[in-house]
Amino acid sequence: MKFSNAWLREWVNPDLTAQQLADQITMAGLEVDAVEPVAGAFSGVVVGEIIACEQHPDADKLRVCQVKGHPEGDMQVVCGAPNARVGIKIPFALVGAKLPGDFKIKKAKLRGVESFGMLCAQTELELGDDNDGIWELPSDAPTGTDLREYLLLDDSAIEVDLTPNRSDCLGVAGIAREVGVLNRCAVTEPTIEPVAPVIDESFPVSLMAEDACPRYVGRVIRNINVDAETPLWMQERLRRSGLRSIDPVVDVTNYVLLEFGQPMHAFDLAKLSGGIKVRMAEQGEKLTLLDEQEVELNADTLLIADEKGPLAIAGVMGGLDSSVTDSTQDIFLESAFFSPLAIAGKARSYGLHTDSSHRFERGVDYRLQEKAIERATQLLLDIVGGEPGPVHLREVTEAMPAERRINLRRARVQSGLGIDMPDSDIVEIITRLGLEKLSEDAEGWTFLVPSFRFDIAIEADLLEELARVYGYNRIPSVSFNAALDIVPRNEAIVAQSHLEQTLLARGYQEAITFSFIDREASAKFDPEVEPVALQNPISAELSVMRTTLMPGLVKALQYNLNRQQDRLRLFETGLRFVPAGEALKQERMIAGLIYGTRQPEGWTGSKDLVDFYDIKADVEALLAHYEADAEFTFAPAKHPALHPGQCAQVLRNGEPVGVLGALHPQLQKAFDLPKGAFLFELSLDGLGQAVIPAFAPLSKFPEVRRDLAILADVNTPVGQLAETAVQTAGEYLTDFNIFDVYQGKGIDFNRKSVAMGLTFQHPSRTLNDEEINAAVEAVVRELEQKYNASLR
Amino acid sequence: MQELQSLTEQALALVEEASDLAALDQVRVDYLGKKGQITALLKSLGKLSAEERPAAGAKINEAKQQVQAAINSRREAMEKAAIEEKLAKETIDVTLPGRGEDQGSMHPITRTLRRIEEIFQRLGFSVEQGPEVEGDYYNFEALNIPAHHPARAMHDTFYIDPSTVLRTHTSSVQIRTMEKTNPPLRIICPGRVYRCDSDVTHSPMFHQVEGLVIDEGVSFAHLKGCIDQFLKAFFEADVPVRFRPSYFPFTEPSAEADIQCTNCGGEGCRVCSGTGWLEILGCGMVHPNVFASCDIDSEKYSGFAFGLGVERMAMLRYGVNDLRLFFDNDLRFLKQF
Repeated sequence: MKFSNAWLREWVNPDLTAQQLADQITMAGLEVDAVEPVAGAFSGVVVGEIIACEQHPDADKLRVCQVKGHPEGDMQVVCGAPNARVGIKIPFALVGAKLPGDFKIKKAKLRGVESFGMLCAQTELELGDDNDGIWELPSDAPTGTDLREYLLLDDSAIEVDLTPNRSDCLGVAGIAREVGVLNRCAVTEPTIEPVAPVIDESFPVSLMAEDACPRYVGRVIRNINVDAETPLWMQERLRRSGLRSIDPVVDVTNYVLLEFGQPMHAFDLAKLSGGIKVRMAEQGEKLTLLDEQEVELNADTLLIADEKGPLAIAGVMGGLDSSVTDSTQDIFLESAFFSPLAIAGKARSYGLHTDSSHRFERGVDYRLQEKAIERATQLLLDIVGGEPGPVHLREVTEAMPAERRINLRRARVQSGLGIDMPDSDIVEIITRLGLEKLSEDAEGWTFLVPSFRFDIAIEADLLEELARVYGYNRIPSVSFNAALDIVPRNEAIVAQSHLEQTLLARGYQEAITFSFIDREASAKFDPEVEPVALQNPISAELSVMRTTLMPGLVKALQYNLNRQQDRLRLFETGLRFVPAGEALKQERMIAGLIYGTRQPEGWTGSKDLVDFYDIKADVEALLAHYEADAEFTFAPAKHPALHPGQCAQVLRNGEPVGVLGALHPQLQKAFDLPKGAFLFELSLDGLGQAVIPAFAPLSKFPEVRRDLAILADVNTPVGQLAETAVQTAGEYLTDFNIFDVYQGKGIDFNRKSVAMGLTFQHPSRTLNDEEINAAVEAVVRELEQKYNASLR
Repeated sequence: MQELQSLTEQALALVEEASDLAALDQVRVDYLGKKGQITALLKSLGKLSAEERPAAGAKINEAKQQVQAAINSRREAMEKAAIEEKLAKETIDVTLPGRGEDQGSMHPITRTLRRIEEIFQRLGFSVEQGPEVEGDYYNFEALNIPAHHPARAMHDTFYIDPSTVLRTHTSSVQIRTMEKTNPPLRIICPGRVYRCDSDVTHSPMFHQVEGLVIDEGVSFAHLKGCIDQFLKAFFEADVPVRFRPSYFPFTEPSAEADIQCTNCGGEGCRVCSGTGWLEILGCGMVHPNVFASCDIDSEKYSGFAFGLGVERMAMLRYGVNDLRLFFDNDLRFLKQF
């Protein structure tokens, strides 16, 4: 809502500058976006009158005019505007004038003819869009008067960004009411006398969708003057509110819309047949709207129709065929109440948004229709004349919005807002806002909500009104009290932040990538899953929900490689979205990517590149938080995004909880990565809880270590050998590790040597050689039997 | 006894001359050893009278001690020099950088989230999370935003299907928490949220922290106190905070909280568009309809909620001037935090 400060001041005039007023209403919840001058900065421009106009002797397109308006007498001005002619009044910039852009008018010679000043177009004064020649002012404009004075340009336009609840402020009247309440000053409405009918003709109206339109006021006006023009003062007010002048009838309806917030419509009476029917559309009916687009109507759309068919989408936009044109003589004025529910969302469903729909979907005062139609009639008679018929009201009382009464309890003001407000202030503020006090008792009051406040329905709404007018910033800031109950804390829950800290210490940076990705990327990383797609994505690149975090990390890698960063360690946490039948699994994941050299470049470091075992160590460091080494295993696996020979599944007690491996060479190529990237992705939910440590007594007796070198088939996973060894070595095995794996010279080409260290210790005595030998022999035997292994 | 004196002098001179530990030990053997020359003098004591013997013995012992002391002191000096020489050889350039992995860092958004969480957790708030693909009911209906409500237009929602959206705020988690937990409640709900808007100042994905306090006797003054204290704690400064009436369907009264511009201190600058204030969060008292949809008695309980934009907080706190940097994941950016 944008309006002229001067216009508002006719209604209510507190002793505040425009900026102070803007600050005040902002702090009352009507947020002012801008306070702007209504015209460009200029001076020395007066109302001029062309009294003579001749062709320039040496230039086809120039005219030499004699112009009245300068205090020292008539001036000669050379002008290039095609519409310069004798008798018109125009803005006349005198010698010495300053125009917007700090442009000074000087005496000049144009093709040998002297010129004393300049005749201006609207755009040259930043007073409108009209650039077709000089601006023709009304013939009654007083010649010689300063233009700023004549047009009252020392005004500002205030633009308020209203929240959807404050439809009552979508008119100057509503803003004025608010300003009156805040400043406790009087608000003066223009006097609106009912216009007595001159003819007794009315046009029949039937309300066929009573809930959507319970109230419709119409009036016929015949024989309007088709040649009349909108007076300049009205054009200016419309312009200062951001509306263009179209023709007097439309301008008047727009003016009333801005003044009171009541959208109106004028039909060309000659184009209506039978009577007005306010009804729901039939599916597929067609209507060409004022903006010349033809729409196919939906059955949920409220229409203004006549016997022949649709005339307008109610509360949204009129139709082209029945609209007022420059030859219209008889009009039918509509001033109706459409229920917000009937209008909400309709304009949008046709790709429209109009001043009318904006108001109706938020709520228009349902008692305003007669006043608005009287106001419009009065203005129309002043401008275009004509013979008005009687105001014709149709109302379905049962379908009208119910009267709202609200109880306000005294105690709630204190408990809800935390302030002590005297009763008299409470009643004063609320009644100034237009509510009527119906009754009062020991507990509080009952108020009647006015028809223009759609947003007030419950007690809390009144608390907000009180707080707003009292001033949010006068309410104290107080610490709240709460019971300090100690809440249970599960030690087995592994805090995500601990996992993150582990990765940070291992050189990872945290990344945050979009949860929606390119469908193509999704298909590359997870071809077997059809991702959840957005109906209205921003772009194809951000159109499906990720089923894995890997594509985002690889894209971030690519982004950084393009910026000469060639060593990367990134991780991200967040949800992945995996369709599971009808349901959607939104799973918390932690994923990482490493790329480039194993160590940061440095004077001691090697240039070795990262490999699978680097990322595996990072994964193992994460798993260590769960204190459950025995429950986690790594098994060779396949994953569409990972190298088939360098990919492992992470399992906890046999259940898969994640994957790790080398990015598949095909993807590496597709993303144009010069070196191999390694990734892991673990399900935070799947990893589960940690095992809480249970102390085992420390043995006082010596431990004994035996090393074994085993030859096994190259394809036998060392993990299996180790698992078997640990299981077979007996209860006194306290530590086990693999300290060498060798393939090559000295052993059969399809065998490998695996060196393992076994540490034994007894809790309460020294183990003897026989016991240890027996355990080691058992291990060797089992490995021989199971894997055809042998001692080296 | 003249012999004793000359032997002592000889020995002391040799100690002085000894260039290494071996030479020094040779002096000890030659003069003080079992067959040493000074030791040999002791054997000659037998030739002396009983009266002379003690005094002569004492002199010889004195001489032995003198030579031994000289040997000891010389040895210590030699050992010290040897250690010093070794240490000098072992000296390295301590200005070279250390070996090993560099420390990584949290994303500034996570860093900001954690800071916010930490401040509220000290007040006994628990951290709640919820789904990001959310039902229309939790994102809108239960929050008093029915279908076609004009407030929906404020949200630019991403739709999966007509009844499923990407959550436009983390307020949905409020509802889920109120459904399963009885008041009193103190929670914050951090997380990713989505709006169908993308330009220099809007990202289609961003982060929000929703807060909710429900208890008996909670008033608007408490809301103000909580927000005011939080903002001062977050910025570690006594920043002026102001509250403006606003509108959210799920709170009544509703407010917008502004802080005085941290860039210009309220003078008006580019960051605050010349107003001197920065819009920082929306808040309000929980609407009775929201309580009703979660079966909470609004006669008994009242509460407040707030929602703040994490990117905005991070930008102000760390001086980041472009929203898009947060999601480019440029290492040069990430490593600054």
